Amino acid sequence: MCLSVPARIVELTGRLAVVDVMGNRREADVSFVDEPQLGDYVLVHAGFAIEKMTPEDAAESLRIWEEIASLESGEPLEEDEP
Amino acid sequence: MSSPPQSRVTRHASRGSVPDLLHLIAERAARLGGRPVRFMEVCGTHTMAMFRSGIRAMLPPNVKLLSGPGCPVCVTPMGMVDAALAIARRPGVCLATFGDMVRVPGSASSLERAKAEGADVRMVYSPLDALKLAEAEPRRTVVFFAIGFETTTPAVAATVAYARDRGLANMLFLVANKVIPPAMEAILAGGEVKLDGFLCPGHVSVITGSAIYEPLAANYRVPCVVTGFEAEDILEGIAMLLLQVVEADPKVEIQYKRWVHPEGNAKARERVDEVFRPCDAAWRGLGTIPMSGLELRPELRAHDALEALGIEVPPELENPGCSCGEVLRGLIEPPECPLFAGRCTPATPVGPCMVSTEGSCAAYYKYGER
Amino acid sequence: MERILLAHGGGGSLTKQLIRDLVVARFGNPALAPLSDSALVELPQGRVAFTTDSYVVKPLRFRGGDIGRLAISGTVNDLAMAGARPLYISLALILEEGLALDDLAAILDSAKAAVDEAGVTVVCGDTKVVERGAADGCFINTSGIGVISEGVSVAMERAAPGDAILVNGSIGDHGVAIMSAREGLSFDTPVSSDVAPLGGLVAAVLEAGGDAVHALRDPTRGGLGMVVCEVAEACRHDIELDEVKIPVRPEVQGACDLLGLDPLYVANEGKVVVVCAEAVASKVLTAMRAHPLGRSAVAIGRVLDGAKGRVTLRTTIGGRRVVDPPYGEQLPRIC
Repeated sequence: MCLSVPARIVELTGRLAVVDVMGNRREADVSFVDEPQLGDYVLVHAGFAIEKMTPEDAAESLRIWEEIASLESGEPLEEDEP
Repeated sequence: MSSPPQSRVTRHASRGSVPDLLHLIAERAARLGGRPVRFMEVCGTHTMAMFRSGIRAMLPPNVKLLSGPGCPVCVTPMGMVDAALAIARRPGVCLATFGDMVRVPGSASSLERAKAEGADVRMVYSPLDALKLAEAEPRRTVVFFAIGFETTTPAVAATVAYARDRGLANMLFLVANKVIPPAMEAILAGGEVKLDGFLCPGHVSVITGSAIYEPLAANYRVPCVVTGFEAEDILEGIAMLLLQVVEADPKVEIQYKRWVHPEGNAKARERVDEVFRPCDAAWRGLGTIPMSGLELRPELRAHDALEALGIEVPPELENPGCSCGEVLRGLIEPPECPLFAGRCTPATPVGPCMVSTEGSCAAYYKYGER
Repeated sequence: MERILLAHGGGGSLTKQLIRDLVVARFGNPALAPLSDSALVELPQGRVAFTTDSYVVKPLRFRGGDIGRLAISGTVNDLAMAGARPLYISLALILEEGLALDDLAAILDSAKAAVDEAGVTVVCGDTKVVERGAADGCFINTSGIGVISEGVSVAMERAAPGDAILVNGSIGDHGVAIMSAREGLSFDTPVSSDVAPLGGLVAAVLEAGGDAVHALRDPTRGGLGMVVCEVAEACRHDIELDEVKIPVRPEVQGACDLLGLDPLYVANEGKVVVVCAEAVASKVLTAMRAHPLGRSAVAIGRVLDGAKGRVTLRTTIGGRRVVDPPYGEQLPRIC
């Protein structure tokens, strides 16, 4: 009952942050998160960050997302068999 | 220019590959000697996620998953939808709502229809968007239609607090928020369905923490695993439930460790306590469950839409043929409802389970074999 | 700033001046020049395809395009999907009183660029002005005429068991690009609309595959999911899609995750779904990839033997689910 999406804090002004979801940016209220910082990964639901990821889990997520981004930049297409 | 297909598979951090997890599930299910086990996934988002991945059909035949009542749209009483409609039709009033409620039929109409007829209905992604509307149009009354469980309630609570702090007398709230553990207990206490475990809602638990399920595990000896929403999460959650069954050791475990902590989010809960207090609530299809709903505290009643606008919630008028209640309690699966895919379809829904995008019936209809 | 006035739609000298300065100046050609009640055109041999569409997109301008580009591309693409070579376009404008002339000029510039890209000619049109509040800035209707060459016969009914299903690139881009500007959702997206005229790409497909190209559909409203369901229903065979093969940009997936949408049902305006015999699929893919609008073309599924007209999707984890046509526009959700 709760579509929430992981997002990275890219701007921060008091209780309001701008968060990034795969390049999409939206405002999110971070008042429920302990000491939010730029670069933190948070879980966003209905315009609020409801939790912050631990540095270890964040590093793992970052690794995966970077892998996706690097795959994205012009690898030759495999020859698809129809 | 375009993304390679693999990116969608590795989108989120997950532990264990799908084949490994399926193997683990099969192995543990086999240790039960073919005895059927019935797990309930409480959360509508779990129901949808399972259907989208096709997980149900990949499980061993003796492992059954039942959909539970964790669908806020499904369990919001029709009377509340009618109240929302009455509010939306008032001149000078704007009803702000999540997209989820826009097509839900009340007794005679829906917010979508009312909008077409000229009612000021606006879809928002966050209650904060409704607050912005109230600030931008001080002579307009803005009512936010608040539905949802513990995941969503803190967002609403914060918004109520901001409205209070900024003196926004034109910002009102139609409160239909609920809490989930009483419904889980009601299902167990009702004894209608024998459950071997709960796949507990992942994002609700981000807020509440996992301790709220301890009484269920202890008093009813029911395994509980707090589970995430990727296919790998759900498979791992099922594998963990099976192990608890095999070892006859019911307890509360967290599968969704990357976001759920045992203690939950205290700041969020404090905000909710500041603004709301528990009350009895009517659950469509389940009847009234004590202390399962939330209402604004007396000092904040000026922001309660029903009170401020003098609107009554009409009594519940259930459609006699509708079996949503039995579906929500896990007694029947949607295809067993006589109206399923006949009179009741997503285009012509009779009951809430078919209207909500994550209602069991809608999920079965959209994704399942017919 | 100069704006459209009701008088601009009066049919008098102000209207003539508007048409001359803004429309003829851009689209001027022998068929249009007389500005008579009807345009006279020559048609080459072949069956005539005729289509019409109205464009009411909001916002008028979005990343990757605007209503002008959309109005030309959409109609050109409908002709292309019939296997026709798009030739002539009509351009009817309904302008809201108060629309800035600069904005209108920009829209018409886009339309002209699309016309040139598509190699078509605007031969007739119309201009009306409605009162403030009645038109969201600008509505456009375009109709198009094209001709289908001998030997080309595309129709969904021709899709046959064993056929390959191809698409020329990532899905969901257009819908996400315009949704971000919708009131109440406010998010910034790097996603650009894919809006583009596909006549050239389709010509390359038909040249490579000939008669073995059975069906062409553009997945606009309702997205890829809708169109594949329509093909299955029309040809009365089952279709299986492979989720892993369906290209979705991470940014589009992220936007859909944020709003609770399924990219499968999000609109596209520069995509074509090709259903062709397996024997020519490789050749057709090569031809698509050689074209600027088909660089990421890929096979995403096949037509099966089953006779129910149902679409299933093999999921990324190897499971299976049914794909149904969407009911109405997907709404953002939090549950």
